[in-house]
Amino acid sequence: MNMPSPVEPPQRSSGNTRPLVKLTAATVRFAGDSGDGMQLAGTQFTDTSALVGNDISTLPDFPAEIRAPAGTLAGVSGYQIQFSSTDIFTPGDDVDALVAMNPAALRMNLSAVRKGGILIINEDAFGPNDLRKAGYETNPLEDNSLAGYRVVRVPIDKLNAAAVKESGLTVKQADRCKNFFALGVVYWLYGRPLEPTLKYIQEKFAKKSPAVAQANTLALKAGYNFAETTELFHEHYQVERAKLLPGTYRKITGNEAVVIGMVAAARLAGRELFYASYPITPASDILHGLAELKNFEVITFQAEDEIAAMGAAIGAAFGGALAATGTSGPGLALKSEAIGLAVMTELPVVIVDVQRGGPSTGLPTKTEQADLLQAMFGRNGECPVPIIAAASPADCFAATIEAFSVAVRYMTPVLLLTDGYVANSAEPWLIPDAGRLPRISVEYATKPNEDGRFMPYKRNADGARPWAVPGTPGLEHRIGGLEKQDVTGNVSYDPSNHEIMVNLRARKVAGIQPAGPPYLWTGPDKGDLLLVGWGGTFGAIKAATLELRKQGVDVAACHLRYLNPLPADLERLIKRFRRIIVPELNLGQLRLLLRARYLVDAIGMNKVRGQPFTVGEIVGGVRSVLEGGTARIEQEQVTEVEIHAGG
Amino acid sequence: MSVAPIQPLSVLKPSDYASDQEVRWCPGCGDYSILAQIKKVLAKLGVDRSKTVFVSGIGCSSRFPYYMNTYGFHGIHGRAPTIATGLKLVRPELNIWIATGDGDGLSIGGNHLMHIIRRNVDVKILLFNNRIYGLTKGQYSPTSEHGKRTKSSPMGAPDYPIRPLSIAIGAEASFVARALDMDPKHLEYVLERAAKHVGTAFVEIYQNCNIFNDGAFSYATDKETRSDTTLQLEHGKPLIFGKDRDKGIRLNGMTPEVVSLKNVKQDDLLIHDEKAPDPTLAFLLSRMRYPEFPEPLGVFRAVEAQRYVDNVRQQHEEAVARRGQGDLQALITGSDTWTVS
Repeated sequence: MNMPSPVEPPQRSSGNTRPLVKLTAATVRFAGDSGDGMQLAGTQFTDTSALVGNDISTLPDFPAEIRAPAGTLAGVSGYQIQFSSTDIFTPGDDVDALVAMNPAALRMNLSAVRKGGILIINEDAFGPNDLRKAGYETNPLEDNSLAGYRVVRVPIDKLNAAAVKESGLTVKQADRCKNFFALGVVYWLYGRPLEPTLKYIQEKFAKKSPAVAQANTLALKAGYNFAETTELFHEHYQVERAKLLPGTYRKITGNEAVVIGMVAAARLAGRELFYASYPITPASDILHGLAELKNFEVITFQAEDEIAAMGAAIGAAFGGALAATGTSGPGLALKSEAIGLAVMTELPVVIVDVQRGGPSTGLPTKTEQADLLQAMFGRNGECPVPIIAAASPADCFAATIEAFSVAVRYMTPVLLLTDGYVANSAEPWLIPDAGRLPRISVEYATKPNEDGRFMPYKRNADGARPWAVPGTPGLEHRIGGLEKQDVTGNVSYDPSNHEIMVNLRARKVAGIQPAGPPYLWTGPDKGDLLLVGWGGTFGAIKAATLELRKQGVDVAACHLRYLNPLPADLERLIKRFRRIIVPELNLGQLRLLLRARYLVDAIGMNKVRGQPFTVGEIVGGVRSVLEGGTARIEQEQVTEVEIHAGG
Repeated sequence: MSVAPIQPLSVLKPSDYASDQEVRWCPGCGDYSILAQIKKVLAKLGVDRSKTVFVSGIGCSSRFPYYMNTYGFHGIHGRAPTIATGLKLVRPELNIWIATGDGDGLSIGGNHLMHIIRRNVDVKILLFNNRIYGLTKGQYSPTSEHGKRTKSSPMGAPDYPIRPLSIAIGAEASFVARALDMDPKHLEYVLERAAKHVGTAFVEIYQNCNIFNDGAFSYATDKETRSDTTLQLEHGKPLIFGKDRDKGIRLNGMTPEVVSLKNVKQDDLLIHDEKAPDPTLAFLLSRMRYPEFPEPLGVFRAVEAQRYVDNVRQQHEEAVARRGQGDLQALITGSDTWTVS
């Protein structure tokens, strides 16, 4: 094949004769080996799409192993993005265009591609050995098994090698640029500008290695030009900018929003932020993000273990800082005893749980919502902790600020639940004005509060005890994990005092006023069907509700942000509907709480495959209930046997 | 950043440091002596009560904070170092003490102990070693002798004991010392040295549990035997011990040996150097055990080392110097934006 020579950056409407088709939305997935740079290609495509003004929603999906054996099914890493000219809430159900860098990537992702969709395939990676590692007996490029798709074969390895030759990189180094070649092809297909990525390449690589910067630039342009020059695609597409609310936007992931939310909360409270954490997937990026912000009065502490992180956060809270720790399910389990200590000592600590598939080590890089009951009940004794769940990546910002506001107002630890999907997924965020964010009022005790003596457990109208920080003369006091005497805070084993204290702690949490919207509502406030969800399933449930309503179904959705205490009017709202369906990425944890609390016969719609709901799954589940069936979601045809078939 | 000034203020008496809570250790417990010496030292140094915090875990020793009229935090089992580290990081000016025991500090909390020491967090750690679990009524502990019969080891403990000071020195502790509950004067001296140390100070205190392990250290505390079974360390002085000060410790290669001064000159004895940057000699001393050796008492090691909190705070100053005070709006906005009109 002849290699088109690299030219100047192409214009979006460069002269070519193939028809330009306008789309309202498209879904693209980049898939390859975990070392192929697919996450980077996907992120770049996302950034560019955001900058041209599309609405976006992404789904990074990568294996737990950093480098699984090359070319195997276990090592496939993918990044999906839906971009559109209208409001969207999910990364897309069906893929319109899949980039498959090798046979394993094709095999693992083909079922996600809609019939008639485009497969951009790196044909250089389809040798006998590659096919064997992916478990293919015959070459799918030749056995007609891809007949229902538009297959675009591109010799990416060879073209990339030729394109980057002049940079002087070694063969191995040159091969690492092929993600940019593939990205260039897809940029042409969807009429995206190259400038944002060219700028990124300069900023990222030019200083460290001009040759690498040059090579990546050459690869990107070569991919674009190749798609434009050759007749591989018989049409190309345009997705206009979205009509979002006017304002300035940025792209944000859930973990980024937690980081910014924490810094903002500390500023709004006028206190130092202390964040202690032990590295754990998928929460580590919060630690990384905050560690970069030392000029914001942010102290990060990489603890020796999960318990130490919680203990240090408690110590920092005792010292008057805005204290937080972040983890995932296994880490939350380890922190349980110390969370109980924070409940007993009534100190404000925010605990972020970025949920992942469990139990035990489970699925570290996959999403799930199965820690709700752990958050609710996973401690010894009567140990109430408020729980807030972020509904989307951008909502992590507000939810984080709210968590701190509840923590300091009520002097209590607060659990903030996000999940692997929300943490890594990206969406546009209407940039808030920092000056208009609500202040968080923090008052330390400064003088004795009863006849010249200091009573550390004398409560205010909210049921909160005073925050007396060491270093304050005259307020010397001792707190700890032993039961406290009401008001004085002295150790007490008196049975009736214990009952009083258990009730005081329970009442305090039950009476918490939300610091933000307790739920997000879609549709009418009464009717036949109500979907009740929480956390990262917001987008899929909302999109499904809108879709079903368009089809004439009488359905509404209530998405809970506050799970403990549950919103005060939830019972009243639920009882205005004939049927309740609870879609969750677990076996029915919120459903259990709703049934117990409100005696409603809620129906479960449950999925535990490490992946978020698609809109179609929820629509299908609701339709099934309407037809008198269950809300069970059918398993796709990818089985474990196939996943282990490779080398 | 520096700790609150420690300066003699004659106005404070030891009793000023006592809280109004009734002390509930068993009568005759060695903890009383430690409590008394701490109050004495704090009074002598004029330590500000409001800037002092005692943090503890679980166990008899961990009730310590309740008896001090300072700030106090009675934590959970083994985790005192974690609470103290978080507190120190946000309040570097506080004087923080940890009261722990052989079970709390070396068993359930062994991991945290190692890490607070290696970081050189500026706290004073008092490890009350009674070689038994007292609060849970008499199970063997990580410092119990091999073969010790207890309720949980009726045929003798199958474990081998840990040497607390070897652990501390292995973790690069900048201050390491040992004292006895029954030698209040020496204990006071060691605690004062610890209080004045800049960095983590680790003090092992042989403490008698007269209920569950009475006499565990009688070899080291009895008037009759103690001059032969213990050795007072003095910086720059040769290691000499014995009722008649006629015995010493000499190094044979890397192995210490007990020699008689009748045959060996003082100049050939091991000279104690608490300031040695290399911890090897301190480690070697920490391994000397009764009955093979006299057990060293006093300051094993006292070296200057950069404190953790200073390292952390310096990075903050550097970050501000390099990038300026963080701008929240700039952080929220990020670098790549687009506008919808």
